[in-house]
Amino acid sequence: MANVLINAPKTAKRGEVIEIKALILHPMETGFRPGTNGSIIARNIIERFTATWNGDEIFRIDLSPAIAANPFVSFFAVATDSGTVGLRWSGDEGFQVEESIAITVE
Amino acid sequence: MMRLRIGLCLASVFAASLALAQGGTDKRRSGYQDMGPSLQRMQDDGTSNPGMLFVQLGAEAWAGPAGAANKACADCHGASGATMKGVALRYPAIPEGADTPVDLEGRINLCRTTNQQAAPLPAESRELLALAAFVAHQSRGQPIAPPDDPRLAPFLDRGAAIWALRQGQLNLSCATCHDDNAGKKLAGVTIPEAHPTGYPVYRLEWQTLGSLKRRLRNCLVGIRAESYAYDSMEYVMLELFLMERARGMAFEAPAVRP
Ligand code: HEC
Ligand code: HEC
Repeated sequence: MANVLINAPKTAKRGEVIEIKALILHPMETGFRPGTNGSIIARNIIERFTATWNGDEIFRIDLSPAIAANPFVSFFAVATDSGTVGLRWSGDEGFQVEESIAITVE
Repeated sequence: MMRLRIGLCLASVFAASLALAQGGTDKRRSGYQDMGPSLQRMQDDGTSNPGMLFVQLGAEAWAGPAGAANKACADCHGASGATMKGVALRYPAIPEGADTPVDLEGRINLCRTTNQQAAPLPAESRELLALAAFVAHQSRGQPIAPPDDPRLAPFLDRGAAIWALRQGQLNLSCATCHDDNAGKKLAGVTIPEAHPTGYPVYRLEWQTLGSLKRRLRNCLVGIRAESYAYDSMEYVMLELFLMERARGMAFEAPAVRP
């Protein structure tokens, strides 16, 4: 089960620049570490994070094995219309998580 | 620290009162006070402290039935998420019907085996840490309050003796670093006073949540001493000693540590 913490304002003024922060539970296993039996632990990372505002993509990053476990992402957006901000993480081993938050723009 | 930050990230501070909870004539310092402001903010902000992910997992585990009894923690202890307030502040303690102390993880496993009739959760397993974090978080901000149980005295004394015992290839005691040299540097690291205020903690070096036991094992390995077995009474006695030494200090679990 996915475990996510999101920090974003519930309301914003039109045109305001708001910050959206999201933290997700994930091991971000690099694929370079040997396990206790000496063989390499398979890579298991989040490869991509995308954010949409009412369906339009507003932000995207590609993550690398050098990023620590439980990655924290913070980005800014201009509040235009009320609606839904969708957050999506995807990666190795079929990892796929989607969360959404509602923001009211006044 | 390789956390990803896009743009200027000025985390908002929600509950930065921990540093103020002590003070006055009390000169004791939590490890929190030895951290820089950005790590303090990470700990204080409930949505950037990764320990809170485990509190969330713990809330789920709390509500899920387990074992032959098919009972959830919530069935007996309530589902409000506040019924364990104050509990973590007074462990290790001697449970009813026993004569030796257990720590918080040990108490949780007692409920696993006797009340849920399930297998005990392994030390440092995600579920045990999550349950401990869920229980401990409910005492955040409150003063550490070990029980005044005279039966604990011999265990406390043994804990104090281990604290003062020189051991390992480096022949150092806990006290050498944490009493005599606290505040000074060991390599690049400030030696803290070793108060158990924040456990289980999210340690950046571990990239996960870990118990006080795991922290103590790290220090034992650091002085090249042999670690005690995970289920040994030595840890419980050391934990008891540390909690008594930190009596009255503000509890911070789940804390963040470098
Ligand atoms: C069948 C009922 C039952 C279930 C299920 C149960 N407990 Fe308990 N628990 C008790 C009783 C009875 C006590 C001892 C009385 C007391 O101290 O409240 C206790 C005590 C505790 C304590 C110590 C409380 C204190 O004040 O010192 C903790 C912590 C605890 N349980 C955690 C858990 C957790 C975590 C779970 C789920 C994994 C759980 N319990 C499941 C009945 C239960
Ligand atoms: C060589 C010095 C040294 C010795 C000896 C030592 N430690 Fe530590 N200990 C440290 C350092 C340094 C840290 C902080 C590590 C860091 O932040 O990376 C630490 C951290 C801790 C912490 C965590 C404090 C916090 O704020 O979370 C505890 C608890 C602790 N030690 C207990 C002990 C105990 C018990 C012993 C004896 C078994 C012991 N230490 C022996 C150097 C030492």
